[in-house]
Amino acid sequence: MNNVIRTLKLTSAIAAFSVTAAHAEDVEVLHWWTSGGEAAALNVLKQDLETQGIGWQDMPVAGGGGTEAMTVLRARVTAGDPPTAVQALGFDILDWGNQGALANLNDLAAQEGWDEVVPEALQFFAKVDDKWISAPVNVHSTNWVWANKSVLDANGIAVPETWEDFVAAVEALKAAGITPIAHGGQAWQDATVFDAVAMSTGGPEFYKAAFIDLDEETLGSDTMKEAFDRMAFIRDNVDDNFSGRDWNLATAMVINGEAGFQMMGDWAKGEFLNAGKVPGEDFLCFRFPGTQDQVTFNADQFMMFDQGGAVSEEQAALASAILSPSFQIAFNKVKGSVPARTDVDGSELDACGQQGMKDLAAAASSGNLFGSMAHGHAAPASVKNAVYDVVTAHFNGEYDSETAVLELVDAVSIAK
Amino acid sequence: MAVASSDTAIRTGRFNRTLIYVVLLLFVLFYMLPLYIMVVNSMKPLSEITGGGMMSLPSAFTLEPWAKAWSTAQVGVEPTGLRPYFWNSISMVVPAVAISTVLGALNGYILTKWRFRGDTILFGLMLFSCFIPFQIVLIPMAAILGILGLSGTTAGLVLVHVVYGVGFSTLYFRNYYAAFPTELVRAAQIDGAGFFQIFWRILLPSSGPIIVVCVIWQFTNIWNDFLFGASFASGDGAPMTVALNNLVQSSTGVKEYNVHFAGAILAAMPTLLVYIVAGRYFVRGLMAGSVKG
Amino acid sequence: MSTAAEADFKTRLQNWIPKLVLSPSLTMVLIFVYGFILFTVYVSFTDSRILPFVDKDGQRTFDLIGLANYEKLFKLSHWEIALTNMAVFAGLYIVVCTLIGLTLAILLDQKIRGEGFLRPLYLYPMALSFIVTGTAWKWFLDPGIGLENIVQAWGWENFEFDWIKNRDFAIYTVVLAAVWQTSGFVMAMFLAGLRGIDNEILKAAQMDGASNWNLYRRIIIPQLRPAFLSAFVILAHLAIKTFDLVIAMTGGGPGRATELPATFMYSYTFSRNQMGIGASSAVIMLITIAAIMIPYLCAELKEKK
Repeated sequence: MNNVIRTLKLTSAIAAFSVTAAHAEDVEVLHWWTSGGEAAALNVLKQDLETQGIGWQDMPVAGGGGTEAMTVLRARVTAGDPPTAVQALGFDILDWGNQGALANLNDLAAQEGWDEVVPEALQFFAKVDDKWISAPVNVHSTNWVWANKSVLDANGIAVPETWEDFVAAVEALKAAGITPIAHGGQAWQDATVFDAVAMSTGGPEFYKAAFIDLDEETLGSDTMKEAFDRMAFIRDNVDDNFSGRDWNLATAMVINGEAGFQMMGDWAKGEFLNAGKVPGEDFLCFRFPGTQDQVTFNADQFMMFDQGGAVSEEQAALASAILSPSFQIAFNKVKGSVPARTDVDGSELDACGQQGMKDLAAAASSGNLFGSMAHGHAAPASVKNAVYDVVTAHFNGEYDSETAVLELVDAVSIAK
Repeated sequence: MAVASSDTAIRTGRFNRTLIYVVLLLFVLFYMLPLYIMVVNSMKPLSEITGGGMMSLPSAFTLEPWAKAWSTAQVGVEPTGLRPYFWNSISMVVPAVAISTVLGALNGYILTKWRFRGDTILFGLMLFSCFIPFQIVLIPMAAILGILGLSGTTAGLVLVHVVYGVGFSTLYFRNYYAAFPTELVRAAQIDGAGFFQIFWRILLPSSGPIIVVCVIWQFTNIWNDFLFGASFASGDGAPMTVALNNLVQSSTGVKEYNVHFAGAILAAMPTLLVYIVAGRYFVRGLMAGSVKG
Repeated sequence: MSTAAEADFKTRLQNWIPKLVLSPSLTMVLIFVYGFILFTVYVSFTDSRILPFVDKDGQRTFDLIGLANYEKLFKLSHWEIALTNMAVFAGLYIVVCTLIGLTLAILLDQKIRGEGFLRPLYLYPMALSFIVTGTAWKWFLDPGIGLENIVQAWGWENFEFDWIKNRDFAIYTVVLAAVWQTSGFVMAMFLAGLRGIDNEILKAAQMDGASNWNLYRRIIIPQLRPAFLSAFVILAHLAIKTFDLVIAMTGGGPGRATELPATFMYSYTFSRNQMGIGASSAVIMLITIAAIMIPYLCAELKEKK
């Protein structure tokens, strides 16, 4: 052991330029928002804190939709050195909360009235045992369809309202020699489409029973088979090279008029705006046919790690800044999502953003707001990935719809 | 010890020679292809790439992606580009390579010239350690770094890389020193030279080639490591690969492929440089050592 | 103090120094490799999800569940696919890399003009990290924008190359990219081996009228045995650790067609929050590696004595 220590001393002597841990008056934030717009938006938060004299230690780790960041988080927690705040999604927050690793933000939440302004479906992921443990940043909704307006106009297609309309529109595009649906064949993208299709096929009760309550009967029902059949229809109407494609490139196909529709979350809007397109004029955003009243969501939050029992002043300031209306608007304007609190003025957002806010508020009050299965807000990660496996295998022709239903029931029961 | 020479006794005819050149050039094409894609796309505006022209030469040539990747691209919340992370990598790689090479050289020296009972087993144990998948050591390693108080420091990262580099450096040096005449060591011993003296005066002076091999190998592996860098470095102490990963990976953001490729080439510059500068000695080093029994 | 005793002390010291110098490395390996392997084995017997937690009161928040994780593991068709892929991938990768490396080394050894120029071109892929070269490969292999598209544009309308999109062939494209990365390195190892062979023996054999083919088959290649060993060790180790490549190129797809044990383990341990199953897959992986490597290493190490 002495030798190890000697080696260590040697190492540290040579590597004298080691980095110091977070200062007492700093917040350290682990997140995966590193691409241009998102990172710039987060900088707003940083500057906000700096005006209050609080330093920001940035700890960005991108990749795998947060997977890498979660891996790093495990390492940090194991080392006994968790960051102040960590970007996280859905069940990951609850898992950490249940381990007792997160701070209790109830005092702050009561003071600022979070209970009144944050939709209940979202609170489910921000609280454990009635304690606020994380600060929600935004709500992404995933049941959007993005369309190239001039392509639809040229083929005399109106915004489809029902699945039948959608089928007709797809057939019309196919007849015109245009790829009807732009899609990237990656498991999470397949599952994103599946979310919307299942919701549209069976309605909200079916969706809830299958993906949130994980009811075996519903998972194995004929309606589920119907949903898989509809997925097969979509599979037949994507181009040959869909597999493995990044979603950005699928969006580019719609932007360039090579394809008519893409089913993707609201982050796709950024690609359109970046290409200089105007919502309503160059491209359309609408809810997946048959899910006009529903919103399936995923929400980014910052979970706050316990700093030795109490919520530190800096941590409270960070949480409060995240929930402040000005940051919520400034951030979501760039991110494409909508604010996590429903009481802010959305007039600064573009047409799609305003539509999104309206839909969210309506769905939240009518009980039509559901966590997205594909994005880990309906069931825990193990179940989510089990569903991915089946949906992707079916989409790639490994299973027919009947087998897929059976496999789904099996996979979910193993993962539960 | 073999003397470096490109002499060969094999003779080939003219037809065969043409064929050989053709085959060799075909392989050049194969090896250069991805680099071509990366370089070409790093010099185009993004619209040309998303427009579908991934394989063609740029029609509107631009170096802007390079400038952006280096100094203004968003890597964290601040638009710093890859530049600040460059130094982080250097300050991690240099000590890690140095320590693991020194340890490897000493181990190789002991395992061949100071043999004792069970040394082969020890070597086997060390060699097998090269095969451990890094993903499984992450959590226990984090715990140990936490206990040692090295979590989130460059020193901690150096330690990790030394631990998992020492197997290979020992392998290289052991095989190299195995071919070194043991009589010289014995003779020096009889003259009263000590352990370190023999190493310093007799083995080290002729170790140049294998040091090159070992340094190239360790440098490449440590420079390109992502998993440990991401897990055990703090945010602004993160190595280049973590910054590169942050630059190119984004799940719900706009992807600037041209900047990604420029950044990737920039991040690989030091290793490419090492290969080009030291490459001449590389084969010589391998030849003199690691592939001989 | 007598000189004899002093000399004795010195010899004893000299005997101790090597072991002392070796011990830090050995301690590190014992703790950080073998200790961690034991830890992984332990975790594989628990129902750990995010982490094998011990809470503030020293209570475990996980239970020991015996072999249940292993039972679950072998029920997962996903794992079966990963194992099969590993066999295909590792086998092909090692063989193809060795063949290409050996061929290139032999060709380069024919007094080639421009060898100094060619060598780094073969070697450089080793220097690049796969985070981004994966994207380059993905695009090149994509039938819509890459090779298939180009060849068709040249006039061969019927040319098809859609392996990366095809569940039955995608794993071969991963082999292709992996071979691209390391075959140059293997070439360097064989080239070094070739250069180390004594030319006198070859000349003598040539005098006896041996053909080039026979020269290689009978004399040169058998002498490259140590190079084969080094190449095998390095390739096997890279094959097992292949991870970035799959993530960057195919993400394990299409479907689950290119899942490997390393990606399987990572996904269960870190993204699916089923650390117990992840650990059990790691243990199986280690057992497999040991079963292949230990007999091989033993045989090789014994021979040298």
